[in-house]
Amino acid sequence: MRGSLWHLGQSITRRVAQADKKAAARRFFASEADLKKTVLYDFHVAHGGKMVPFAGWSMPIQYKDSIMDSTVNCRQNGSLFDVSHMCGLSLKGKDCVPFLEKLVIADVAGLAPGMGTLTVFTNEKGGAIDDSVITKVKDDHIYLVVNAGCRDKDLAHIEEHMKAFKSKGGDVSWHIHDERSLLALQFAGFERMNCLWQLNLVRGPLAAPVLQHLTKEDLSKLYFGEFRIMYINGALCFLTRTGYTGEDGFEISVPSENAVDLAKAILEKSGGKVRLTGLGARDSLRLEAGLCLYGNDMEQHTTPVEAGLTWAIGKRRRAEGGFLGAEVILKQLEEGPSIRRVGFTSNGPPPRSHSEIQDEKGNHIGEITSGGFSPCLKKNIAMGYVKSGLHKAGTKAKILVRGKAYDGVVTKMPFVPTKYYKPS
Amino acid sequence: MALRMWASSTANALKISCSSKPNVSLAFSLSRCFSTVLDGLKYANSHEWVKHEGPVATIGITDHAQDHLGEVVFVELPEQGGSVSQGKGFGAVESVKATSDINSPISGEVVEVNSKLSETPGLINSSPYEDGWMIKVKPSSPSELESLMGPKEYTKFCEEEDASH
Repeated sequence: MRGSLWHLGQSITRRVAQADKKAAARRFFASEADLKKTVLYDFHVAHGGKMVPFAGWSMPIQYKDSIMDSTVNCRQNGSLFDVSHMCGLSLKGKDCVPFLEKLVIADVAGLAPGMGTLTVFTNEKGGAIDDSVITKVKDDHIYLVVNAGCRDKDLAHIEEHMKAFKSKGGDVSWHIHDERSLLALQFAGFERMNCLWQLNLVRGPLAAPVLQHLTKEDLSKLYFGEFRIMYINGALCFLTRTGYTGEDGFEISVPSENAVDLAKAILEKSGGKVRLTGLGARDSLRLEAGLCLYGNDMEQHTTPVEAGLTWAIGKRRRAEGGFLGAEVILKQLEEGPSIRRVGFTSNGPPPRSHSEIQDEKGNHIGEITSGGFSPCLKKNIAMGYVKSGLHKAGTKAKILVRGKAYDGVVTKMPFVPTKYYKPS
Repeated sequence: MALRMWASSTANALKISCSSKPNVSLAFSLSRCFSTVLDGLKYANSHEWVKHEGPVATIGITDHAQDHLGEVVFVELPEQGGSVSQGKGFGAVESVKATSDINSPISGEVVEVNSKLSETPGLINSSPYEDGWMIKVKPSSPSELESLMGPKEYTKFCEEEDASH
């Protein structure tokens, strides 16, 4: 991708425009007009959000703060993200659990009601169709959120299997929550606050106090991965204690007509500490937390074992299989995968996706899938896939950027310690 | 300067190009207006400046460019003694959000590189026209300078470029 600059990608449109003005103009207008807007679009613009096309949506890549400042602020204070482009979905019916278990690696039956987990939708070859956070609301209700960019293929995949399942008498149906919006509130976990100021400032993370002002439910009893349906700021919300930054926080599914009011209330209750945060910082944050971005770090051909998500395959599922591609995945569990996702720190320019990884002798051993400069650690961090055997922390490697080899070393992830809110 | 790729940008992941909408942000528009353009320098449409004094021309990226890039975290420069050509890349600047190629506004021999940038790449942000200079070149075709923009022309160019997005 080369062309004349401008911010985060204006360039791409312009570059095309220079090559073929008429065609590009058509494409430009078509794409602008086709972009979907979340109900917070005007709110973003009013707050200085720089809107870019993302997965068919017009989303803020950043606001007035730089990506560096925004990333650091999330870990020191807090962030509010609009993630309404992601697709919330409910599966209902008395057989929704056995149905979902055919498609994902998680032990859904073993989840307590009100508990969620990260999982992977697999294909027949054991590759990842998408990653998703799924929650067992009740035995006959599963709530899940899938990636915006995967929505169409995910829904088609689920629908196809649902038809077959129902034709055999299974009781399952779905509801796509297009009437709802999704906000992610992420906040500095208290351990970090302790270490930053050497003070036991707030017993418990600040995210809870901010949201606690807006609900009567006791959020100190809601731990990482847990889900409740409750009134927040007067609207009936689905609340999950989860996130994509490694910090403590919540994802709040709110009726769309109440979303702007809720966003305003959260910002106000935090006294300015929680700041609107865009996709740019969200990407830095998840990379620092060692979390996969589907499409970069995981693709159709990547298995959950290769991606380092073996922990997400329930014990019972390892014994019984019964999900798509289970043969491939269970065999990999037994024999070990041939490649593995690992973290890197490196010298020189930040590695980017597709940077080649070599061993110290210059042999090709893998490829970077995500990389960048860590705003919190002030150094280069990256993740990528290397041959098994070369995946151990401390293994030295060379990372090629623009044809030059720079020193890198396999580094344990997360790069920044996670601060999830768990029972002590 | 030329954008090469996004960080590990989500947009890149999904093979979706980004473009920004016009008039979205008062803050951004203001910061653009406040970008400094110096008299006495020549400017390329890829947002590098060149200052020709005596036998040597100093080259860097403009305030407008650094403002759009965001915090610079790494600068890649050529070797002293190498040559650069007008419109061709001679180095790269990495910010948190993107990698950008830097094109040379003129052709010539590289007589000095700013070694401070390897330790302190942020000089590009804090002082784009002074401490953040990138290379000094002995021009091989001084007439190339005439093809570049003056400060007024460049200011207008930036305004038009921003307005078209």
